[in-house]
Amino acid sequence: MKEITYREALREALAEEMRRDEKVFMMGEDIANYGGSFKVTLGLVEEFGTNRVKDTPLAESVIVGAAVGAAMVGMRPVPEIMFADFMVLVMDHIVNNAAKMTYMSDGELKVPMVLRAAQGAGTGSGAHHCQSVEGWLMNIPGIKIVIPSTPYDAKGLMKAAIRDNNPVVFLEHKMLYATKGMIPEEEYVIELGKADIKREGSDVTVIAYSAMIPKALKAAEILAKEGISVEVIDPRTLKPLDTATLVKSVAKTKRALIVHESCLTGGAGAEIAAILAKEAFDYLDAPITRIGAPDTPVPFSPPLEKYFIPSEQRIIQGIRDLLG
Amino acid sequence: MNLTKDELREMYRLLLLTRKNDERVNEIYARKGLPELPHSCMGEEAIAVGCTYKLRQDDYIIPSLRARGMFLVKGIPTKVMMAGAYGKRTGPARSISTSHHMGDMSKGIMLGTGLIGSSVAVATGAALGLKDMGKDSVSLISFGDGASSQGDFFESLNLAAIWKLPVIFVCENNGYAISTTTDRQMAVENVADKAAGLGVSAVIVDGNDVLAVFEATQEAVARARRGEGPTLVECKTNRWHGHSENDRDNYRNPAEVEAMKRDDCVKRFEKYLLDKGVLTPELAAKIMQSVLQEIDEAVKFAEESPFPAPEEALRDVYAD
Ligand SMILES: Cc1ncc(C[n+]2csc(CCOP(=O)(O)OP(=O)(O)O)c2C)c(N)n1
Ligand SMILES: [Mg+2]
Repeated sequence: MKEITYREALREALAEEMRRDEKVFMMGEDIANYGGSFKVTLGLVEEFGTNRVKDTPLAESVIVGAAVGAAMVGMRPVPEIMFADFMVLVMDHIVNNAAKMTYMSDGELKVPMVLRAAQGAGTGSGAHHCQSVEGWLMNIPGIKIVIPSTPYDAKGLMKAAIRDNNPVVFLEHKMLYATKGMIPEEEYVIELGKADIKREGSDVTVIAYSAMIPKALKAAEILAKEGISVEVIDPRTLKPLDTATLVKSVAKTKRALIVHESCLTGGAGAEIAAILAKEAFDYLDAPITRIGAPDTPVPFSPPLEKYFIPSEQRIIQGIRDLLG
Repeated sequence: MNLTKDELREMYRLLLLTRKNDERVNEIYARKGLPELPHSCMGEEAIAVGCTYKLRQDDYIIPSLRARGMFLVKGIPTKVMMAGAYGKRTGPARSISTSHHMGDMSKGIMLGTGLIGSSVAVATGAALGLKDMGKDSVSLISFGDGASSQGDFFESLNLAAIWKLPVIFVCENNGYAISTTTDRQMAVENVADKAAGLGVSAVIVDGNDVLAVFEATQEAVARARRGEGPTLVECKTNRWHGHSENDRDNYRNPAEVEAMKRDDCVKRFEKYLLDKGVLTPELAAKIMQSVLQEIDEAVKFAEESPFPAPEEALRDVYAD
């Protein structure tokens, strides 16, 4: 095992996959020598050259549209858009091109592409650079959504995403890039669609992902001292969603709290709650509860941003409320 | 050009204010950090000041990330802008959003977006609205060379050209979009070259010459008011600092940056005014002193101002 940051884990996965398969290439704004806005791709151009780590003009739509085209003729592009907020600029290519090609060709066409983007608040960059966008993407059949919370997951899921024959949106969280974790020295891949139990417990199930996992774990640790046993589950991929693992946990704890940083209304939590309401109905001792950001754009000023992002305190309170 | 001596001096003061404000913000950021990440406009001040000077209050602007001077010329108080950098309640919009893209409709400043290029379309739409409401106001947007790669740039110029919209596209071509040089951004030499294919008249000016920018813009404004449609004013300039103040800027040769600094738009204008006798060394010193005092007061104001209350995050999502 070795200790590594989330950022380095992503970089390792990208490098390993590019070494393994020469069809894999990356393109995005300032990703080559500059290493990307968050330095995830730093140094890769030295090994792979500017043809496989392509700096593009400042034009998101063509970055992703061109990735779709390259994928259709047999390449395996890994395009990057700097901030997930810019997803809106490429939605046509995701929704109407990437996501529909396989279906509309009766399975003949494949669009193996991994669209990377950094999302989330905490950097004080305001309404146009801090949004969490997975909720927008939930309603698109034909794509997969990967949203890792740890270096281990980031690496293993990135490798799986690159090998997948479908368009995958890979959402990295800015506040996680510098976080550290252990990963094996040897190669590993994490299958998409498998949730991970980050902490076992028996009183309540907290379903969280991305930057909410460290907070949920902290909350669980604090409550453990009071004798409250919290199970923390990270779905890791929202599409596909590992319903079975979630239901199994809720069947055990009889209580579910879903936590995400994106706005509450229409978020991924609503989907998870609906599934649990049906599949775990008979086990529930309390209403399924969700915690998310308020339904506002992400504010800039530090106290406002702090208020916006779901905190450990809110998670702790949510758990207490569930336990009555 | 018909600027009085007082107007020329005022232009100089605004140029100096933009420069000194930027220096101070960068210095504070380096020393103790600031909630708002500064994106220095040093080296490029002449464009913002030149293109906004003498616009009417009912002319609308959308300043770029690099156009701090546009806010100052349009009348945003230095202290409000400074409070914005501090994220204080006295900043623009109570610091709900960053001051980079602040708006103030009473002064003809439209809120911009952090998505590079998107505001070009919004400015085009403002021109459409102004025209259809029968006003003779214009809309003016500034943006970088990088922004001119976006679809919205092409779509906006095309629309503005066919509908003869009163919009002025001011491109601040500083040779870089973060680390990407213009020769890797586009295959033509000038952003203005793109305008030709879209039927938009374009001019290229020395962006470090505040009067050249002013004159070119004023001409474009006059054309727009006469109903003759849009103009692209491409201003060639240099970005002295990294993309932002946390960019190590290690992708550029220090000698290249040193050479840029030899063409200093503030010094250049100062020399011009001294040579013409519009400024004297004494007057220049006095202006400098007043500018520095204004900035000192702005910093004090920002530091002493309160933060907004957390619950204020929930306000104003919808209009009344
Ligand atoms: C749609 C979009 N893509 C990328 C970015 C990230 N970004 C911010 S500024 C910038 C470079 C802008 O270059 P240019 O337009 O030349 O303006 P300059 O910074 O040189 O003034 C980039 C890529 C962004 N804010 N919005
Ligand atoms: Mg530029």
